[in-house]
Amino acid sequence: MLSRVADSLYWIGRYLERTEHTARLLDVNLSLMLDQTPAAAERRWERMQTYLAWNYEGIPQTYALVQALTFDVSNASSLVSGIGAARENARQVREQISSEMWEQLNRVYLQVKRTTMDQMWQEPHEFLHNVLKEGIHLFQGITTATLSHGECWHWLRLGQFMERAMATAILLDVHFAETGGTPDDQTNYLDWVGLLKSCTSFEAYCNVYTADIRPERIAEFLLLNAESPRSVRFAADQVAASIQAIASNTLGRRGDRVKRLAGRLQASLDYGQVDEIMADGLSGYLATIQQQCQQIHTNVYQTFISYPVETALV
Amino acid sequence: MPDVAPFRQYQLETAYDELFLGPNTPRPHYRLLSERLRELPPDELARRQQAADLAFLNQGITFTVYGRDEGTERIFPYDLLPRLLTAKEWDTIERGLAQRVTALNLFLRDIYHEETILKAGVVPRELVYSCRHFSRQMRGVSVPRDRYVSIVGTDLIRLPSGQFAVLEDNLRVPSGVSYMLANRLVMKRVFPQLFSSYGVRSIDHYGQALLATLRSLAPQGRSDPTIVLLTPGVFNSAYYEHTFLARQMGVELVEGRDLIVHDNVVYMRTTAGLRRVDVIYRRVDDEFIDPLAFRPDSVLGVAGLLNAYRAGNVALANALGTGVADDKAIYAYVPAMIKFYLDEDPILPNVETFLLSDDRQRQHVLNNLDSLVVKAVGESGGYDMLIGPHSTIEQRSQFRDRIIANPRNYIAQPTLALSKAPCFIDGKLESRHVDLRPYILFGDQISIVPGGLTRVALRRGSLVVNSSQGGGSKDTWVLY
Repeated sequence: MLSRVADSLYWIGRYLERTEHTARLLDVNLSLMLDQTPAAAERRWERMQTYLAWNYEGIPQTYALVQALTFDVSNASSLVSGIGAARENARQVREQISSEMWEQLNRVYLQVKRTTMDQMWQEPHEFLHNVLKEGIHLFQGITTATLSHGECWHWLRLGQFMERAMATAILLDVHFAETGGTPDDQTNYLDWVGLLKSCTSFEAYCNVYTADIRPERIAEFLLLNAESPRSVRFAADQVAASIQAIASNTLGRRGDRVKRLAGRLQASLDYGQVDEIMADGLSGYLATIQQQCQQIHTNVYQTFISYPVETALV
Repeated sequence: MPDVAPFRQYQLETAYDELFLGPNTPRPHYRLLSERLRELPPDELARRQQAADLAFLNQGITFTVYGRDEGTERIFPYDLLPRLLTAKEWDTIERGLAQRVTALNLFLRDIYHEETILKAGVVPRELVYSCRHFSRQMRGVSVPRDRYVSIVGTDLIRLPSGQFAVLEDNLRVPSGVSYMLANRLVMKRVFPQLFSSYGVRSIDHYGQALLATLRSLAPQGRSDPTIVLLTPGVFNSAYYEHTFLARQMGVELVEGRDLIVHDNVVYMRTTAGLRRVDVIYRRVDDEFIDPLAFRPDSVLGVAGLLNAYRAGNVALANALGTGVADDKAIYAYVPAMIKFYLDEDPILPNVETFLLSDDRQRQHVLNNLDSLVVKAVGESGGYDMLIGPHSTIEQRSQFRDRIIANPRNYIAQPTLALSKAPCFIDGKLESRHVDLRPYILFGDQISIVPGGLTRVALRRGSLVVNSSQGGGSKDTWVLY
């Protein structure tokens, strides 16, 4: 496969995951606002800006903030930019993906472009959930059903789960840092539920631990749960599996180093114990995870995409 | 005037009509089609046109219009009624094109090597050297099998006499073949019964034929060549066609940044390392293809490609420097080339052409600008062109100045009545001017898929069929 094509596929995966994540955060925040004091809501919006590593310039009124994060094409973190970037990458590899995938992505993009801020403001859930989240989920379903599960598919998956692992780690880091995150902290019930909902994990958490919300359990669930597709561990498993598949597809020993890095991340999550992690400091642990993800990303590029010519003459 | 329902407003004029022999009398091979049209309920045509348009939109068969931002992807207007060609008409076209492409290849080889035709004084030397597309870099370079042009799209028009003539040779990167294939696909869906009762020659093998042509150009000793299609990228107006052809042939679609030249060998950057490339079907113009040899500001090309090409390590289709032979002033000499190289008379005639570098011809043209068509020699796509009878005094005086300032840059031709064919426009059948662009492949041998792109000037009375200037297209049926 052409390196440029792999690059585009990887970023389709990342951009769509990122867009879905932002849409979900907005959706959760807007609905929690209805139950919270203005001061608590303001804190939540500030935290959200930290999650997204983005700063709103100006007075952070909710309407203006939401507009900047949805329809502002000049803001690279906005939903419209994310879906547009995914579509632009897909357009460049149209002959590699299935027509059904292209048509679905195109459809979501056109729907987003057609919606105005005022329409969205009237029914934010309709737009964020039905148009965006479901649109992206449908794209992922179509991908699984219509695309051969070969190298192409693995590049998409690699992008998707890299993004998920990093975004979830950041989410946990910021949340625990700001709320103190001491064990059994029950004071801010709604915020902790919000965190779970931001990862589509509230119901899944309840299935495992009942509706008894405890920060330590939340950390365990979002970090180390082997079965939840939203956990960092699950994402790391998928990253390792896709790297394994890509490396064996491209033969040679060039993939060894990046396979080792992915395996190390996987192992640290597979064998991690939440009590030890909390005792040693969650923040430090999460920083290591993010660092490892970054290393994997860099090495994937060095190995498969932007390698120096001299090392790759075959 | 035909007074039967769908043709009520159909006008017959001096131009050759593809369908009608005379009022109410269709040509024999069109009889079935016109009967079918009369039988159809009034709204049926409109319904089928909608179905066809939707099919194009859903498949994303679009082209890009330059000069505007987002929302610039448009569908190529498609007319529902097929244009028919009899076996006899096609036979003449096929033989004529084969003869012409053979001679043009010999000419290109000649002017970059021995120059016999220049020495013999058949084609003026200064005309060749002053051509913008003449490429000094190609002097003495031998190209695989001496195939300079392997992929050609020649524009034919039908004169009032019914005879086909060549209007233009497109020897650089002719486009539109994907529309020919897409038109056929949609047509089979929209008019299956009519299609099967006619017996139409198939064009479906074009992708395979193109692949075989490219394969035949592979450098010596590369028995299983890697073939790629080089596109300028997603912003090119023909990007859809590039993805379509790559998929039809099963080859990689590459951009300049995917290719690397190392020790005069071309590689593409893949996730499994560098892979050697043997044949490049390039859809990038000469001047952008290698920033080291041509325009240094090009980001679409591959640095060092020309040297790899000169070393014989990679084949390009078409070769570089072929634009010299589709220069509109050189065009005037193609009949002489055919005589010179093949000792044959041209089967398809040229259109009378005035060379403005000649004093007497220029004076004649300047005196008759209101009845002539003036074209820039190196342009395509219907740009920089004056159609005398449809022009204003101001436009004519502009062109007068331009011609006097740079006579070599222009030619003039009589305003020709292109043949007309019925088109479905705003719920009625009306006649519109059409041309025909068949696609010629030249690898081991010459092969021409039976048919081509019939382009339609959709504006009433217009003679300009280019898609960039509001043209559309029709499916073209070559009958057995």
